[in-house]
Amino acid sequence: MTAALHADSVADRQVARDPNPITVIAFMVKRSLLRIRRIPAAFLPSLAMPVFQLVAFGGAFAGALAYAKINHALDWYVPLSCMQGAAFGAMGLAFATVNDLQTGFFDRLRMSPGGRAAMVYGPLTASMVRAIIPLVIVSVVGFIGGAALPGGVLGLLTLAVAALGIAFCASGFGLGLAFRMRTLAAATLTQFAIFFALFLSTAQMPLDFIQGWVKPIARINPMTNVLRLAREGFLGQVTWHDTWGGLLALGILSLLTTVYAVRGLRSFDR
Amino acid sequence: MTLAVTPDTVPEPLHVHLHQSAIRQTLALARRSLLGRLRQPAVLAPSFVFPLFFAALSASSYSRVKNAPGFPKVDSFLQFGLAAAIMQGAFFGATSAAADLAVDIEQGFWERLMASPVRRTSIVIGRLMSSFVIGALQSAVFIGILAVFGVRIRSGPIGVLVIVLSASLVSLAMSTLMSTFAIKTGSPEVVQGMFPLVFVMMFLSSTFMARELMNGWFRRVVDINPISYLAEGIRGFVIERPLTGWRFFEALAIPAIGCVLALGLCLRALRRRLAQM
Repeated sequence: MTAALHADSVADRQVARDPNPITVIAFMVKRSLLRIRRIPAAFLPSLAMPVFQLVAFGGAFAGALAYAKINHALDWYVPLSCMQGAAFGAMGLAFATVNDLQTGFFDRLRMSPGGRAAMVYGPLTASMVRAIIPLVIVSVVGFIGGAALPGGVLGLLTLAVAALGIAFCASGFGLGLAFRMRTLAAATLTQFAIFFALFLSTAQMPLDFIQGWVKPIARINPMTNVLRLAREGFLGQVTWHDTWGGLLALGILSLLTTVYAVRGLRSFDR
Repeated sequence: MTLAVTPDTVPEPLHVHLHQSAIRQTLALARRSLLGRLRQPAVLAPSFVFPLFFAALSASSYSRVKNAPGFPKVDSFLQFGLAAAIMQGAFFGATSAAADLAVDIEQGFWERLMASPVRRTSIVIGRLMSSFVIGALQSAVFIGILAVFGVRIRSGPIGVLVIVLSASLVSLAMSTLMSTFAIKTGSPEVVQGMFPLVFVMMFLSSTFMARELMNGWFRRVVDINPISYLAEGIRGFVIERPLTGWRFFEALAIPAIGCVLALGLCLRALRRRLAQM
C-alpha cells in the first residue's frame, strides 16, 4: 500500500512538472520527420522540384550564363535549387500546421503543458532539419553533374547557412500566415511569396547583366545577398566581403519572421 | 401535338434529330463549361498572370542575351518570350480545366450527367471546347498586352491568326490529355499533381531559350521533344516576316496531331470509366 502511494506521488510529480521546452521542440521535430515517412507525397515535391529545376535550368540557360561569363551553369544553379528546396519545405510546414489546426491537434498542443514558445520554435527547428534533405540531395546531384566548389568546406558551410536560414525565415512567414488565415490558402500564399522573393533577385542572372525593372528590385532584395552568400563557394573563394551581407539579411529576416509567427500565435490565442 | 395540327410539316428522320441534338448538347455543355471558368476569375487568373510575370521577368533578366552569338534576331527578349507565355498559359489553363472536370466527377455532377439522356462524348467534348476558346482568349490577351510594351508580330495579321489558332489547339490538346487523368482518377489533386510533369516537358524544350544556346545531352533531349518544334513554330510567326510551310506545320499540325492522340486516350478512359459504372 505504502509502495503504491509512493509510486503514485512520484507519478504525480512527473505529471505536474512542465516538460523542458527543448524536449517538446525535439518531439515536434521528430513528429515532423515522421510525417515525411507517413505522407511522402507531401514532402516529395519540395525535393523533386529543386532537382528538376537544377537539371532544367542548368541545361536551358547554360548558354545564357556563359554569355554572362559564368562558364558552368550548375555552379550558379546548385545554390539556388538548394535554397528553393529548403524554402519550399516551409510550404509543407504551413500545410501541416493548417492541417493540425483543422483536425484539432493544435488545440490539444495548446492545452498541453509544453509552453507556447515550443509551438513556434518546434516547427521552425523542424523546417531547418527537414531542409537538410533537399540541401544534401541537390548538392550531390549538382556535384555528380560537375559543379565545382573552389571555396571548399567553407563554401559548403556558407551554402548550408544560407539554405537553413532561408528555411527558417520562410517557415516563420508560413507559420505566421497559417496562424492568421487557418486555411490552405496560407500554404499557397507562402509558396507565392517564396517564389517572388527568390526570382526577383539574382536567381537567374548576375546583377550586372540584368536590365530593366528587375534590376532595382534585385538590388534591394535581401535574397540577392543571401544568394551571394550561398554561391560564393561555388564561384570562387569564400570572402568576408561576400559573406556579411547575406548573414545580415538572414539575421534581420529571421527576426522579423519569428516575430510575425509569434504574434500570429498570440492573435490565434485571442 | 404541333405536328398533328400542321400537316404540311414533314418530321425529320430520327438520326438527323439525334445528330442535331448531339451538337446542341455539346454546345450547351461547352457554354456551361466556358461560363463556369469565366465565373471563377481566381481559378483562371494564374493562367494569365504567371505567364505574363515570367515573360516580364525573363525580358529583364535575359535582355542582354539577345545579343549572344547564335541567338535569333529579335527586337527584344520580350518578343522572343511571347511564344513561351502563350505555351505556359495554355498549359496552366488546361490543368485547371481538367481539375474542374475531376471536381465534377468527385462531387457527383458527372454521374447526374451520365444518367441524363446526353451523349457521353458530348459531355467530354463540350468541356474540352471551352479550353479551345480560353486558349484563343489567352493568346489574344497576351499578344495585346505585349504589344503595349512594343512587341510586334512580324508575320502580320495572318501570323496573329495562326498564333491564336495554334494556342487554341495547344490548349485543347493539353486539356484533353489532362482530362484523361481526370476521368481515370476522378481526383482534382491527382490532376494538379500531374502539372509538374507537364511543366517538365516544357522546360526540356526550347520554349524558354533558343536551342542554339544549348549543348550536350540537354540539347539532344530538346531536339527530340516535339514541344520544342511547337514553341519554335509559334515563335517563328512572331519574329520572322516570311511565312513558310514548315512554320505552319510546326504551329498547327503538331498540336492538331496532339489533339487527335489525346482525344483517343481520353475517349478510351471514358469507355473504361463507363464500363465500371
